[in-house]
Amino acid sequence: MKIIQLIKKLTLIDFIKGFIVTLKAFFRRKVTVQYPEVKTPLSPRFRGKLALMRYDNGEERCIACKLCSAVCPAQAITIESEERTDGSRRTVKFDIDAFKCIYCGFCEEACPVDSIVETNIFEYHMTENQQRIQTKEMLLATGDQYRDQTIENKKKDSRYR
Amino acid sequence: MKELLTSFLSFLDPQWINLIWSLFQIAIVTVCLILTVVFLVYFERKVIGYMHSRVGPNRVGPKGTLQSIADTIKLLLKEVIIPDKADRFFFLLSPLLLLIPALAAWAVVPFSPEFIIADINAGLLYLLALTSFGVYGVILAGWASNSKYAFLGSMRAAAQMVAYEIAMGFALVGVLMAGGSLKLGEIVAAQSGGVLSWFWIPLFPLFIVYFISGIAETNRHPFDLAEGEAEIVAGFHVEYSGIGFAIFFLAEYINMALISVLTSILFLGGWESFFAGISFLETSGFSFLTEPSLFWLLLKTLFFLFVFIWLRASFPRYRYDQLMSLGWKVLIPITILWIGVECVMYVMQIGPWSV
Ligand code: SF4
Ligand code: SF4
Repeated sequence: MKIIQLIKKLTLIDFIKGFIVTLKAFFRRKVTVQYPEVKTPLSPRFRGKLALMRYDNGEERCIACKLCSAVCPAQAITIESEERTDGSRRTVKFDIDAFKCIYCGFCEEACPVDSIVETNIFEYHMTENQQRIQTKEMLLATGDQYRDQTIENKKKDSRYR
Repeated sequence: MKELLTSFLSFLDPQWINLIWSLFQIAIVTVCLILTVVFLVYFERKVIGYMHSRVGPNRVGPKGTLQSIADTIKLLLKEVIIPDKADRFFFLLSPLLLLIPALAAWAVVPFSPEFIIADINAGLLYLLALTSFGVYGVILAGWASNSKYAFLGSMRAAAQMVAYEIAMGFALVGVLMAGGSLKLGEIVAAQSGGVLSWFWIPLFPLFIVYFISGIAETNRHPFDLAEGEAEIVAGFHVEYSGIGFAIFFLAEYINMALISVLTSILFLGGWESFFAGISFLETSGFSFLTEPSLFWLLLKTLFFLFVFIWLRASFPRYRYDQLMSLGWKVLIPITILWIGVECVMYVMQIGPWSV
């Protein structure tokens, strides 16, 4: 046994094997995706930037039930509510701290009226620290901007839910 | 070239012409070396990228070729930070102590039978002296930074260099016996002929040992314990930023190129052609393939540089005790053994040196 090991050592067999592995990789097809120009496909279930949705008539969906803020594991959602003149309960403050959020999607699952949703936008940024607090207006604006895309994605995914 | 210079400056003393010629040669070699390093950084990143199934740098310039220029500019523009408790003088001196021997060693490297800066008799000894001088830069850098990690790194480097210096020296003894001269040019001349008459066949173990200890000497992967990112951050140059770091980088790559070019000169026949001695080629129109030229030297050097990078992409770093036992218990006994074998071959008149 010892002699075999000695021969193995002296002939550098293991080293040559290692070299061959990397040499093969050298000629393999490269898997790099040139990111900003080329993008990998996203699943419709992808959980990205949060947004608040509206009904078709433009009324906001959220009924201030606070289920989302209760379920949120990161406690990223802060809600304050008030009664409107028409007697319905609506939020006056709906803040999501984008740095606290872990994009788990529990809020979306908890929401009884499909108000809070996760779009599949992952390329966004902010330049000021305060901007990490996504206010109600910002969330509604995101919802309006990506409305069609989000609805389509949710439809695609609904078959599996 | 020299004739041109002589005729041009014929009004000067021949001494002055020699001086100017030497300075000219030094300038050429230095500039070429720095360009080589620029190329090498790009080459390394590209090759390692390919070995990881990536494409490597491809954003700056066509195919990313200007990447290393961008890196250089970035390094030059960065702030040089000298730690508060550092020994300022040695802190600034040690990068130079590493770079100067790395550059000076090229003085005796022959690029062709004519082009050599200083054709001194003790070329090989000079090389041994200068390649081991680099360790002072490393030790001083670690000591002057006044940081634990840097100090540990330089201690490791010192022990490692001492161990591998011996193996390297013994390997060179073998070459010296075979070549019968300390002049690098004459060693190449002793190997004239095709692939089969080069020293790598009779001195094969020494060839491998030399290259391995060369890697250890340059502190390259897998022997870069002096840097050891995982355990001691960046080792001896952890406190250096900006241009100080750039100089360490430069010295490392120049040393890498030096070891590659020396391995080709000492064991692979330097500027001799791969096809030399094939009469079929010599008589037909391809005689340029069999003639010795700089091209062959560069080709062999490039191959060894590729092996350096290939090693880095393939293997994990050695553990410290493994490194020591490899140096003392494997490489040195092998070289001593092979020198004995070589003596026997010499006496029995086997091999290329049986004159
Ligand atoms: S995705 Fe998860 S972490 Fe983010 S707000 Fe919703 S529940 Fe909270
Ligand atoms: S977003 Fe949905 S879950 Fe959250 S408060 Fe509004 S209605 Fe309730």
